[in-house]
Amino acid sequence: MTRSLLHNLRILLGAALSAALLQPSEAAAHLVTTGMGPVYDGIGHLLLTPEDLVPALAMALYAGLRGRVPGRRALFFFPLAWLLGGFAGLFAGSMPAFPLSAVSFLLLGALIAADLRMPDKFFTILAVAVGIMHGFLNGIALKTGPSGLGLLGIMAALFVLLAIISALVLSLKPPWARIVVRVAGSWVAAMGLLMIGWFFRGQV
Amino acid sequence: MKKQAGSLNSFICFLVLAVSLLWAASAQAHVERGQAIGFITGLEHPWSGLDHVLAMIAVGLWGAQLGNPALWILPVTFPMVMSLGAMMGLLGIPLPGIEIGIAVSAILLGAMVLGEVKPKLYIAAVMVGFFAIFHGHAHGTELPAGQSGLLYSMGFVIATGCLHGIGITIGLIHRWPAGKLALRGAGAFIAAMGLVFLWQAMA
Repeated sequence: MTRSLLHNLRILLGAALSAALLQPSEAAAHLVTTGMGPVYDGIGHLLLTPEDLVPALAMALYAGLRGRVPGRRALFFFPLAWLLGGFAGLFAGSMPAFPLSAVSFLLLGALIAADLRMPDKFFTILAVAVGIMHGFLNGIALKTGPSGLGLLGIMAALFVLLAIISALVLSLKPPWARIVVRVAGSWVAAMGLLMIGWFFRGQV
Repeated sequence: MKKQAGSLNSFICFLVLAVSLLWAASAQAHVERGQAIGFITGLEHPWSGLDHVLAMIAVGLWGAQLGNPALWILPVTFPMVMSLGAMMGLLGIPLPGIEIGIAVSAILLGAMVLGEVKPKLYIAAVMVGFFAIFHGHAHGTELPAGQSGLLYSMGFVIATGCLHGIGITIGLIHRWPAGKLALRGAGAFIAAMGLVFLWQAMA
């Protein structure tokens, strides 16, 4: 009797173990794993997520178009706002259904295409608002992955991206080069419009 | 008795395995798939139809003939209005005579280049924008299943912009008398091809 009980237990244990090993694991968003730690995972996330990368590049282009002082402000305020928004996102609920990044595509793209001049303080408010919004979305996405350290990596990458690209745009002297930047802005705005369209079609 | 116990054990094993395996965890957000291919599809799409290619190049050629600021206002106007057209398509708003509109865009834009027509800037922008709606509605929404809408759009917009760039670059020959003539010849070719597209659309 004891022998058959042990036999049954062994079989059950084997089945439970096999089941545990074969159990599908939870899919944890689309986080990038570089294998080099959470900071690099965060950098990888930024560089491989067009929803975040394109608005960051657009902000750098617009900062470059606006000049030295706004450029410097964006260089510090934009990554910092992104980080703060990210920390807020770490404690937030789930990702909103509407692709909020489409709004920054549209807004920044239109501003670049129009080469719109605005007072420095409005530009700073814009940089902070866009940074907080994208950081917040990143925070939600990175919650199950590299979390805080990933956000630090993103902030560092943003600083470098902004410094290089805005300085490049600022240094452009020929009028046609500035026009090329504005054309790129129109492309970004067009992508934003299309993103909204894909959202309504359910294929973002 | 032993045989019954054995079959009971097998049944229990099967039950445990089945329950455990069917108890799949929910997927948090989406696993990214088909991302790069979405971008490539979008990038290739505008090149796949001669009607689209010729109309885009015609916009660039006409911009080059008109000079500044039309040189850049037309290529800025086109993708933005084109995306509005695509958005109409994505929202399910029908647009009658799309293929005819695309063919007419090639005819008229080709004719503008042929005649070196220089209207007021806003007229040129409105004309280019009007035709952009047809191109966007027809091509901007053709996303193959399983691909990313955003990356498809990025590829599509970038490729369209590059076609304008090609048109503008070719249009730089406008500064030489022989180049002017060659551009008008290109305009005639585009208009003639537009007539062919119109014939095909009406048939």
